[in-house]
Amino acid sequence: MALEREKRKMKNPKIAIVGGGLAGLMSAIKLAEKGYALSLFSLVPVKRSHSVCAQGGINAAKNLKGEGDSPWQHFEDTVYGGDFLANQPPVKGMCEAGPGIIDLLDRMGVMFNRTPEGLIDMRRFGGTKYNRAAFAGTTTGQQLLYALDEQVRRYEAAGLIKKYEGWDFLSAVIDEAGICRGLCAMNLTTLEVRTFPADAVVLATGGIGYIFGKSTNSIICNGSAASAVYQQGAYYANGEFIQIHPSTIPGEDKLRLISESVRSEGGRLWTYKDGKPWYFLEEWHPEYKNLVPRDIASRAIYKVCYELKLGIEGKNLVYLDITHLDPKLIETKLGGVVEIYQKFMGEDPRKVPMKIFPGMHYSMGGLWVDYNQMTNIPGLFAVGECEYQYHGANRLGANSLLSCFYGGMIIGRSVVEYTTGLQSGVDSVPSTVFERELKRQQQINDQLLRSADGPENPYQIHKEMGEWMTEHVTVIRYNKNLQETDHKLQELLDRYKKIGLNDRGNWANPSLPFARQLYNMLQLARVITISALARNESRGAHYKPEFPNRDDENWLKTTKARFTLHGPELSYEPVDVSLIKPRPRTY
Amino acid sequence: MDTKTVHLKIKRQRRPDEASYWEEFEIPYRPNMNVIIALQDIQKNPVTRQGQKTTPVVWDCNCLEEVCGACSMIINGQVRQACSTLIDKLHQPIVLAPMTKFPVIRDLLVDRSRMFESLKKIKGWIPIDGTYDLGPGPRMAESERRKAYEFSRCMTCGCCLEVCPQVNPLSEFMGPAALGQVRLFNAHPTGQMNKAERWEAIMGPDGIANCSNDQNCVKACPKNIPLTEAIAELNRDLTFYGILGLLRR
Repeated sequence: MALEREKRKMKNPKIAIVGGGLAGLMSAIKLAEKGYALSLFSLVPVKRSHSVCAQGGINAAKNLKGEGDSPWQHFEDTVYGGDFLANQPPVKGMCEAGPGIIDLLDRMGVMFNRTPEGLIDMRRFGGTKYNRAAFAGTTTGQQLLYALDEQVRRYEAAGLIKKYEGWDFLSAVIDEAGICRGLCAMNLTTLEVRTFPADAVVLATGGIGYIFGKSTNSIICNGSAASAVYQQGAYYANGEFIQIHPSTIPGEDKLRLISESVRSEGGRLWTYKDGKPWYFLEEWHPEYKNLVPRDIASRAIYKVCYELKLGIEGKNLVYLDITHLDPKLIETKLGGVVEIYQKFMGEDPRKVPMKIFPGMHYSMGGLWVDYNQMTNIPGLFAVGECEYQYHGANRLGANSLLSCFYGGMIIGRSVVEYTTGLQSGVDSVPSTVFERELKRQQQINDQLLRSADGPENPYQIHKEMGEWMTEHVTVIRYNKNLQETDHKLQELLDRYKKIGLNDRGNWANPSLPFARQLYNMLQLARVITISALARNESRGAHYKPEFPNRDDENWLKTTKARFTLHGPELSYEPVDVSLIKPRPRTY
Repeated sequence: MDTKTVHLKIKRQRRPDEASYWEEFEIPYRPNMNVIIALQDIQKNPVTRQGQKTTPVVWDCNCLEEVCGACSMIINGQVRQACSTLIDKLHQPIVLAPMTKFPVIRDLLVDRSRMFESLKKIKGWIPIDGTYDLGPGPRMAESERRKAYEFSRCMTCGCCLEVCPQVNPLSEFMGPAALGQVRLFNAHPTGQMNKAERWEAIMGPDGIANCSNDQNCVKACPKNIPLTEAIAELNRDLTFYGILGLLRR
């Protein structure tokens, strides 16, 4: 221990974390706790990160309900729910760490719902038969994020963490040897572009919902950072696996999530058939009923609305009904959801069934990382939703929060190992490496601010991208449509060259970062589309009617996309299925 | 054809050191619109009601479901979250202005960093020994948990500071939000071990003594956090703590 500290003193590594959601903050806490000083970059004050939107719960097999649950059972459910596409050893590690993570959060003061005995209460989520998710009302993500935000503030007050809030990640700084030596970022108020030397850079930049125009994600979840490093040579893995959440309230600005926990607590999906309520999930899946995994529930609703034309009043909507539930239970366990629905729809879900439709929710795919959370670019790490590792072809509800914490724990170990083992630190890197990257990024800004007065409106391009992606690259995918979508994306990239910014000021001008993010979104949209086009099978969230079955012989493999000037180039690597033998997935 | 429109009047300001001015906009009406959708319309096509090209209006928002706290602004004279404010429920012209208790960065975008600084000052955290596995946390009665949860939903949105007459340029008052957090952490079984530190933190010139009990905060809070209850409790606590302090002398 003392030796380790000695070594560290000599090296005194610089560490930068990008993203202030659960994964970024957990990484920061783990490193600060070991005495490492670090910089934390975020688009927004970290307390406003998208993790606050997670509603239902966090999984951990604590077996608090006498059901015989175990980490192995959790592991089994996760691998099976993910249709065997996840490498199994890290998933096992995550499930084993679960109970300890809940204890830690409990000690941090998270206001988890309690049993009459004062213990943590648990509820059931889709894809499992066990009550395994700890929860804090229906704002679990918010409560978890606040707990970490508070711990980070403690380290900030102690001088170990320096926050850069209101900075947008532009690129990694990569030296001649291909090693990541820092990052380049832009201040969103002053529009200053700066490089920050670092021995290790951790991306915890979250989801990509904005690529689909409207989703359940916050508007900062645009995948821009992940796309930027993909364009610098990082592999993007399993991009085709996009989770569509079965229950959202469609809105013009966003699709507001109605938590899966509504169904955990007894909510039922139905629509009218022959003038009578028809509980289609209960009829089609008598064992799991309303708690089938999300991909299956979403496809069922699509079938009801598009194929059977049985949506409510002919619209693409079905009922999610809690009117039969005990008002007291609704109050303490589903209060937040009821509040959101009431505020935005003006109807009381306690009295009238909610009207919902599936919407883009989560990306199982993300930056390729090894078991140490490191991308193929040495020194560049990724953690949380922006990486691909834990959920395979479909994520189970209440597993995403867990993967953020577990990933952050791994970062706490692997970044230390990596920086300790570095031959030479960032201080020995010639300044030209940073100057070159700074110039490259500054030039993009200069060009956009000075000369972007073309006829194309970036917001219009974004809208078209979102509509195409939502229509063709979500629940049901046809190769012809995927091909056309890629052509469309190339057309949009071409039109992007002629964009005009409707604000070219140099102070707090959101048009500039938006234009930059839009370019990165278009590049990542191509990865998602091309990866989906190539995978001729159906697995988890990826469903092609032309190839309705899972095809392990040809497709039990991870997609890896590499950026080239001609578009994404795909390669594949085998999945580690050494612990649980793949078997057909039926619910 | 529906030709209904939405008429907005927006207070604008280019830079912190420049004077503010007003601009009016008119956009097509659609059912279920909120203030964010109206602002997004202007962002896509920034033309005033008079047909003049202008710059897009700048504002702050993120989650769009009233849980991140970003989009607070003054809408028709009342401070609230833009995302959950539905156009159908507003009188027109809809008047949008930035909050007045925080420095304006641009247009409707303000700098609320003072609120986060206050959270540092009151030591708003549970001082855990470390993140390694030390077993489960303390047990808690569900009734206590439920009460604490009300306070733990504070999104640092700033509405309570905006309506508080004691938060003004002549005062250093940290405002109700941070006091609510003192209540939260001091009631936690582990947090209460350090309650004296948090009490000390709110006894200064920026502290609880500034509260004049106007009760505006509790009415403005979008999450209905019982802020005045917290302040009353803290005042009681501090009275006892003060007496004990005198006795110790």
